[in-house]
Amino acid sequence: MGIFSYDFMRNAFIASTFIALTTGVVGVFVSARGMSFLAHTLSEIGFAGAAFGVFLGIPPLDGMLAFTAVSSVAVGRLSARASRREESISAVSSLFIGLGILFLSLSNQSSSYATTILFGSIIGISSQDVVQLIGLAIFVLVTVVIGYRWLAFDSFDSIGAKAQGLNTRLVSVYFLIILAVSVSIGAQIVGSLLVFILLTLPPSVAKYLGRTLPQMMLISVAAALIGVWVGLILGYLTNWPVTFFIATIEFIFYFLALGYHNLHN
Amino acid sequence: MQTPLLTVDHLNFGFYDRPLYQDLSFELAPGSMTSLIGANGVGKTTLVRLLMKQLKPQTGAITYRQDPAVSIGYVPQFRNLEDEYPLSIRSFVALNHPRHFPWMTASDKQALNRVLDETHLLDRQHQRLGAASGGEKQKAYLAQALLDRPNFLILDESTASLDVNTKIELMDLVKELNQKNGLTVLFVTHDLNLAKQYTDQYLLLTKDGYEMKPVAEMDVTTMPEELQPVVEYQEED
Repeated sequence: MGIFSYDFMRNAFIASTFIALTTGVVGVFVSARGMSFLAHTLSEIGFAGAAFGVFLGIPPLDGMLAFTAVSSVAVGRLSARASRREESISAVSSLFIGLGILFLSLSNQSSSYATTILFGSIIGISSQDVVQLIGLAIFVLVTVVIGYRWLAFDSFDSIGAKAQGLNTRLVSVYFLIILAVSVSIGAQIVGSLLVFILLTLPPSVAKYLGRTLPQMMLISVAAALIGVWVGLILGYLTNWPVTFFIATIEFIFYFLALGYHNLHN
Repeated sequence: MQTPLLTVDHLNFGFYDRPLYQDLSFELAPGSMTSLIGANGVGKTTLVRLLMKQLKPQTGAITYRQDPAVSIGYVPQFRNLEDEYPLSIRSFVALNHPRHFPWMTASDKQALNRVLDETHLLDRQHQRLGAASGGEKQKAYLAQALLDRPNFLILDESTASLDVNTKIELMDLVKELNQKNGLTVLFVTHDLNLAKQYTDQYLLLTKDGYEMKPVAEMDVTTMPEELQPVVEYQEED
């Protein structure tokens, strides 16, 4: 296929494969912990972090990592009580969108740069970015494997985990850091505003179709991979935004999985 | 006489101006089944937390037998699992595996099969927990707590939300595990009938103190009003 004769398309495929692997796996825990909304907020915080990076003249990914890691723990603590989760997350995300706009304006970047951060830039991924993304993806996946038992127990049955003496607060912080890194990785390619698609829709598909955690991870990763791969190819062929295709494909998967679930229950 | 599994010796504990226990002393023999009863607010849950070492006695001591060592399994009072909860009963029970990696070894699987068999869940193991019946859910909670083979089980009001038949089914199962495996059981409950039917002795906590007696000596009529079995029609006095 002629598509792979371009460096930027090869980079985009490699990068999106690792993003799909990471978000597919991490998303299963996001969904089980009821944190989809937080994933959304973190992607906005990532946008502000990237803008801050541009303002300081450091790589946007570093700005994103710094902002999401620090604030995810703060948001996680603020929203520990379910009754005020939505409002506290909304409040924090409003503040960060504002900050993002401020930093972009202070750094004298054109509005096209904001679109790049918000909606991702597949064409703009260099080989160096790819190496960094692969490194972060491996870091996230290894961290999930190391903490697997605690993450699984606390995410799928936090009351039971607490009853068995697990330090669920520690697990929660551990997970939020994993989530922050995943958001920063994902934002590179699908953009800050749409990173939560990959963190929420493939895991929802998995939730309706899988019955064990390995099954759910497999389904979630598969749904994410198919979405980004087909999205890239269609984007290449049509010149339409890749994010549009990924969003549409994941939505269709979600809709089909929900239909299947309703038919069988 | 056998070494007690648990010895509580002159335990004092309270919150601020609300003392809960003064000089609470009792023992649990290995293989015994004991009900912990009392009205709301007398400190049943606090006692459980003390026994699980989540709280420290202010004075007095809680001592567990050293040889063989005591390991505690705890079935909490509430679980908030939604109908769409995805995991199968088997996967849910396996969450409590004392392993550190995503995969299970042959002996892990054996332990899992054994506990599913003991709790009569083998036939239903692939059922989604979210779609399981109330009784199956309770058995799954129990199985999860039993997976790492504790020898002391604390059941916290586990029957409260269940219908009568399911309660009996669950308690039959607990009794069976108690008799077959010598599991020591502390059953926290409001239900005097279940306490009488299934346990050997009861520990009653009241505002003024406590009593520990064989259930045969339980006089339902002298129990605190809140614990009296509900009667359908109550005459005005």
